[in-house]
Amino acid sequence: MIVELGHLALILAFAVAIVQMIVPMVGAHKGWVDWMRLAVPAAQIQFVLTLGSFLALTYAFVVSDFSVRLVAANSHSAKPMIYKVTGVWGNHEGSMLLWILILTLFGAMVAVWGRMLPPALKARVLAVQSSIAVAFFAFVIFTSNPFWRIGSPPIDGNDLNPLLQDPGLALHPPFLYLGYVGLSMAFSFAVAALIEGRVDAAWARWVRPWTLLAWINLTIGIALGSFWAYYELGWGGWWFWDPVENVSFMPWLLAAALLHSAIVVEKRDTLKSWTILLAILAFSFSLMGAFVVRSGIITSVHAFANDPERGVFLLWIMAFFTGGSLALYAWRAPMLKSTTVFSTVSRESGLVLNNVLLVVATAVVFVGTMWPLFVEVATGRLVSVGPPFFDAAFTPFMIVLAMALPIFSILPWKRGDLGRAARPYWGIAALSVVLGALVWALQTGGSMFAPIGVTLAAWVVVGALADVATRVKLLRAPLSESWRRTVNLPRADWGKTLGHAGVGVTIFGIAALTAWETDDIRVLQVGETFTKGPYELRLDAIDNVRGPNWIAEVATITFSRDGRERGQLFPEKRFYPVQQFPTTQAAIHRSLTRDLYVTLGDPQASGGYAVRTYIKPFSNWIWIGALIMAAGGAVSLTDRRFRVGAPARRRSEPPAAPMPAE
Amino acid sequence: MRAVLALVALLIAAPAFAFIGPDEVLADPEQEARARAITAELRCVVCQGQALDESNAPIARDLRMIVREQVVAGASDAEVFAFLTDRYGEFVLYRPPFTLANAPLWLAGPALLLLGSGIAISFVRGRARAAPSGRKPLSPEEEARLARLLKE
Repeated sequence: MIVELGHLALILAFAVAIVQMIVPMVGAHKGWVDWMRLAVPAAQIQFVLTLGSFLALTYAFVVSDFSVRLVAANSHSAKPMIYKVTGVWGNHEGSMLLWILILTLFGAMVAVWGRMLPPALKARVLAVQSSIAVAFFAFVIFTSNPFWRIGSPPIDGNDLNPLLQDPGLALHPPFLYLGYVGLSMAFSFAVAALIEGRVDAAWARWVRPWTLLAWINLTIGIALGSFWAYYELGWGGWWFWDPVENVSFMPWLLAAALLHSAIVVEKRDTLKSWTILLAILAFSFSLMGAFVVRSGIITSVHAFANDPERGVFLLWIMAFFTGGSLALYAWRAPMLKSTTVFSTVSRESGLVLNNVLLVVATAVVFVGTMWPLFVEVATGRLVSVGPPFFDAAFTPFMIVLAMALPIFSILPWKRGDLGRAARPYWGIAALSVVLGALVWALQTGGSMFAPIGVTLAAWVVVGALADVATRVKLLRAPLSESWRRTVNLPRADWGKTLGHAGVGVTIFGIAALTAWETDDIRVLQVGETFTKGPYELRLDAIDNVRGPNWIAEVATITFSRDGRERGQLFPEKRFYPVQQFPTTQAAIHRSLTRDLYVTLGDPQASGGYAVRTYIKPFSNWIWIGALIMAAGGAVSLTDRRFRVGAPARRRSEPPAAPMPAE
Repeated sequence: MRAVLALVALLIAAPAFAFIGPDEVLADPEQEARARAITAELRCVVCQGQALDESNAPIARDLRMIVREQVVAGASDAEVFAFLTDRYGEFVLYRPPFTLANAPLWLAGPALLLLGSGIAISFVRGRARAAPSGRKPLSPEEEARLARLLKE
């Protein structure tokens, strides 16, 4: 019964979405206020209905209702409760429903918090947003319906892919989708602005928080996915340049570019048509991600069911929204002229440089991801494009970006002087190079990867902090004055500093891990001891353990340093009988300076077990850096100029201090 | 019962992630490092998007052994890659070689960077040279009038 109610709610939400797509758009065109206003309750009803539908599906998973085809195919009664709940989106149909839930959530948020938006713009934005929802409701209802029943339900279900039975599944997809789908908001704003034919500073101010929100979630989602892969796949890789990773990385890069170009629109009223194009592209790449993951066009460890019919449907959705919006752009964008003047050396041109590098880097990832497919279709030749290509072709852009970032991000608006802006930074540049040289001297030969990485990381992090230090006149003014300036520094500036520093921290983590990782592979008998780096490890025991829906062999390994025991590690080899699937559970002793990472391999014919031990220096800095970036975005989001109604409140405030009379 | 279940578990080979077996590792660390540098460039030819080093497919193991045999025999990196591409085609390489057929892949980045920079520079210079908003350059008639006025 509850399942049928969920199905009904889904169909009703589809109907509401159709109404919301048409009525407010017509109203905005004709100037009928009542028709425009309909968008607000419609967006909220749409969200509530979709939420109801989603909860109904969750209920079916929680109570293990195997008469629902999706539950039977993807769940099992012995599965722990957390994976029954997260398993709702561990499959194609359920994850599509989560996708739509977030899409309608964003629409409802604009409806509720967008009181400051001009009525016509708001109506158009919500109508465009709803048109995306209509396409995906149709997709789910007609090709991927999660509520289908089966006539003769099985006694138990098929269980969930064991790789997904991990707390990572609870967090990674929701954050990723909040990011992917959040970009639909920037898209809807862009299309609404094109229909209206007006883009101004106010538009940029409204669109930027939504882009920022999407970007923050996408950052966290990608970082979580990387963190998850690091411990789940059993060898400590954190980024594979897998097609599905790439399709999440491309919207992230474009959203980062969009965040920066929207600042130029807001502050300087230029780059308008470019910003619109970026907003369209960012969401188009999100749609491409959905298509690539679900169509089976590119094989990947992430791919959901490979169903051509669904793939074709998604291709039509992608073609319609991308093609339609680009056509609208070609028609309307020439109207968006700007008369703003700025000098060749200025913050504006720095942000243009940022956009060029991020967008070309995105294009490199795109070409690399699509190349095997393109070559196969065009010539029948089979080629592979993997990590060595991306490392070689993508990294240079990030190096240039990191080199340019500290200087160009402090150039004044309109007209700057590169020499004067760079002057306080010579010391920081020297410090960074010295640090890099020190690393080079200490590591006794080896690649230049770590010295260059350390130099760039120090340059970016110290550069970002120096910006704040200059702004608050640290050590140049009395401490009380600096403190006052620190408190009064806009949140957006703190966000900028944190975001940029996070980039530096991640660069350091990547460089250090790539350059200094070492490993050891050996056969170990129970009771045997070996040395890895400064550590002594002893295999104490191998035990058979039985979990709720798996069985495992668990090793107990004690590690010590300088003769003192430091802890125990329990690497596992699990086997999930329902899915006939083995997984490796690495044991990791984490710290800020290194991870000690141990995986258990197969038992050997000679007796004993294969054991692989890694020392992974500074690996956690990669994700800490990403979290700092996301925190920077969050701080920036709380800037008062984005807060709803903030300008109105400011206007009504009495003047704080009487101005001296002239 | 547990032991039986564990035994069943071990008998079944599934396409899981694995690591280089202890018996594969070369005794000489320098040779091993060279072999790893080479296998890092290779994919497992029968797996779905898996690197050679992370696959436990029998053929992946064979390829890792072949690379090590060749390294021990003193073959150069180029010779090892040539040996593998002769048998498995370009498909085995994660980094497509720079050939005419693969030129678009390799040149896309530099070419787009040039194009993007060109557009960006012309845009920025256009902004820098543009007349300040609200003021248009004088038309020839206006120039002539200005010249007349200045003469007076």
